Amino acid sequence: MADYDRKKLMHYIDAVSFAVDDSKLFLDTHPEDKEALEYFDNYNNARNRALNQYAAYFGPLTISTASCDRSWQWAKEPWPWEMED
Amino acid sequence: MWNYEKRLQYPVKIKRTDAKMAKMIITQFGGPDGELAASMRYLAQRYDMPYREIAGLLTDIGTEELAHMEMICTIVHQLTRDLTPEQIKAEGFEDYYVDHTLGVWPMAASGAPFTSNYFQSKGDPITNLTEDMAAEQKARTTYDNILRLVKDPDICDPIRFLRAREIVHFQRFGEGLRRVQDQLDSRNFYAFNPSFSNPKKCNGR
Repeated sequence: MADYDRKKLMHYIDAVSFAVDDSKLFLDTHPEDKEALEYFDNYNNARNRALNQYAAYFGPLTISTASCDRSWQWAKEPWPWEMED
Repeated sequence: MWNYEKRLQYPVKIKRTDAKMAKMIITQFGGPDGELAASMRYLAQRYDMPYREIAGLLTDIGTEELAHMEMICTIVHQLTRDLTPEQIKAEGFEDYYVDHTLGVWPMAASGAPFTSNYFQSKGDPITNLTEDMAAEQKARTTYDNILRLVKDPDICDPIRFLRAREIVHFQRFGEGLRRVQDQLDSRNFYAFNPSFSNPKKCNGR
């Protein structure tokens, strides 16, 4: 996948992760809200799929999606403050 | 237990350095209403919180504040990267530079170092949540003040995101406080510490 696709996938991960971050807080104070539970589930599944996809093509963003088949990509890929994106 | 995720909660890409602005914005790292104090405040307040869902709120907001701290540090880093000695002098950055070079260190805009005096962990859910609501408003005010000083859209964009999160956190803490008050003993009209004065009664899950 090209760099363009990497940026697009990263943007998608940022967006669905934000939906997870925000609905998580809402659910802490509305733990029985059906609509919010469904919303959280949708975005959380989308996020997990995207994190696995990102790890497979561009290197892991989380330790749980890291694999050791090549080299230690976790520490070799840029850190988020580096402006590499 | 925590795990790191290798991305910012909201992207920060600042093309132009500005050491003067960095010295203002660093206050949201180590200043009185900064993200480090926010995170430590909420995470420290969890242990004596008798209601699980509110302990969850403190955990999740305290964790999000760490992500905000990383965004602020990234802004400061990008605003000061590759500065020349001439720029450091021209932009009034010598006093910071002499102690920290271009490293990122938690301090207020005034230069005062980070201290845990910036927050409380009072052992009283009502006292704590009331402080937490005020803390979110103080951080929002600080972001408003920063936004009045900033012109560069590369800086404004992530600062606006952080400002909006303060408003959401204020709302959630308000709901948390209401949930605590709803569970108070009816005789405890004046809302004395429900976790110390009557720890068993309020242990309702």
